[in-house]
Amino acid sequence: MTRVRFVRLAVAGASAALLLTVACRPVEESSPRFGKDVEGAAKTTVALFAVAPPPFSEGIFPCSECHFPTDKVNRTPHAVEFHDDIVLHHDEKNRWCLDCHDAVNRDKLHLADGRLIDFTESYLLCGQCHGPTLRNWKAGEHGKRTGSWSGAKQYLLCANCHSPHSPRFKPLKPRQPPLRQEAIR
Amino acid sequence: MPAPEPPANGYTRRDSVVLGFFALAAAAMSTGCATDKLALDEFVQKHFKDLSGDELKDRLAQMEKRYSEEYGKSVKVSATPPLPGVLFGYALDLSRCIGCRRCVYGCVEENNLSRDPQTHWITVLEMDKETGVDLRHADAYYDHETVPHPGKFYMPVACQHCENPPCVKVCPVQATWKEPDGIVVIDDDWGIGCRRCLAACPYGARRFNWGKPSIPPDELNPNTEYLGNRPRQRGVVEKCSFCLQRTRKGLYPKCVEVCPVGARKFGNLLDPDSEIRYIIENKRVFILKDELNTQPKFFYYYGL
Ligand code: SF4
Ligand code: SF4
Repeated sequence: MTRVRFVRLAVAGASAALLLTVACRPVEESSPRFGKDVEGAAKTTVALFAVAPPPFSEGIFPCSECHFPTDKVNRTPHAVEFHDDIVLHHDEKNRWCLDCHDAVNRDKLHLADGRLIDFTESYLLCGQCHGPTLRNWKAGEHGKRTGSWSGAKQYLLCANCHSPHSPRFKPLKPRQPPLRQEAIR
Repeated sequence: MPAPEPPANGYTRRDSVVLGFFALAAAAMSTGCATDKLALDEFVQKHFKDLSGDELKDRLAQMEKRYSEEYGKSVKVSATPPLPGVLFGYALDLSRCIGCRRCVYGCVEENNLSRDPQTHWITVLEMDKETGVDLRHADAYYDHETVPHPGKFYMPVACQHCENPPCVKVCPVQATWKEPDGIVVIDDDWGIGCRRCLAACPYGARRFNWGKPSIPPDELNPNTEYLGNRPRQRGVVEKCSFCLQRTRKGLYPKCVEVCPVGARKFGNLLDPDSEIRYIIENKRVFILKDELNTQPKFFYYYGL
């Protein structure tokens, strides 16, 4: 089996698990907000703990295993045959792979100004278009924080909940409705 | 902690049980059995706020023993005091809640709610986007394949932990009160089951145990609180306690932890840097039935 075929199989197998799985390995990060001192009030934030980004499909990272910096790159948006498991539903009329993924260093993302960032900092990339959402996320309003309201918490990256390629939430099956009063004996 | 004021008519629950006490004492002596002794202790016990440190310790130990025997595993009962400088507040983003009811069942497991007969502290209401918040058209029994259902939005309701709680005012025996951290609590051993609070609560937040609550022993959460999630009894009212067994130890309530869309927010209203304050100061926030002057500490808002 060729390497490419192997990777393709692995992608198919693991892609479903990709964004459903939330990695909870805590990674220490500095807090985006620090508490002011207010007399008598218990402090809410000291340190925030980030979680690792959702795991990549097996065999797909590092991208530089297949993409080499010396590769000739077609920078015109076009259908990418190999990654056909990815359906782009995220402003797909105006965006495509290389708007976020870096063409030269494939293991990085890039911001609009060309700065390279790691996948763990993807929120910076999202925040370029979703500024108010990033601001709310930093303040703990958008997104989900768990752990302690008064101390160390975990927060999720945008990509933990929203697939970057198709960010809208998929509908969920609700848990069962309560019994009607007349059914309670 | 200040002692509760005696009721205006000078009549207390103490007086009302004196007669019963003699009857029960006679019964206990005639059988001499340990459970009767315990029942007797419970019957003549003091109000939670009147218990001295040692008395409280004894009560907790008694409860631990009883629950551990009943459920066949070690159950811890604590009486964690309110944290100084903390007033709890809750916020829920109506533009994000999808009505999946994960919070309802997370709460059932965390707080040892009866599985049969069924008790839920959280009710998720489904309403039409077209009508907006209109409780007359709310449906708690929606049963779709998937949520959110087109054209609908969802509003979970539980105890609003009113600053000015009508349920507390109407209680004839002071079995329910507001703690310094703003949590409205119920002493399950003190309620007499008159259900006035149930009628007084404008939010339908209180539940009455018409039958004996039952919890499968393997599903019992053994970390319990006197005023919180210890197993409750028949004939007493219960409701959401802001998960005080968690929140007084610095943790988020269970419903915050289980909500898959991050619609639920919790924190200290007195801390200007808390998430909850950010929401109140920056978002379109409203409280339910504000015209009643109950002053809920549960805020609904639109994040988007
Ligand atoms: S778990 Fe979250 S989204 Fe689901 S019903 Fe509760 S508040 Fe709404
Ligand atoms: S919501 Fe109801 S039960 Fe809760 S404090 Fe207010 S009146 Fe009391």
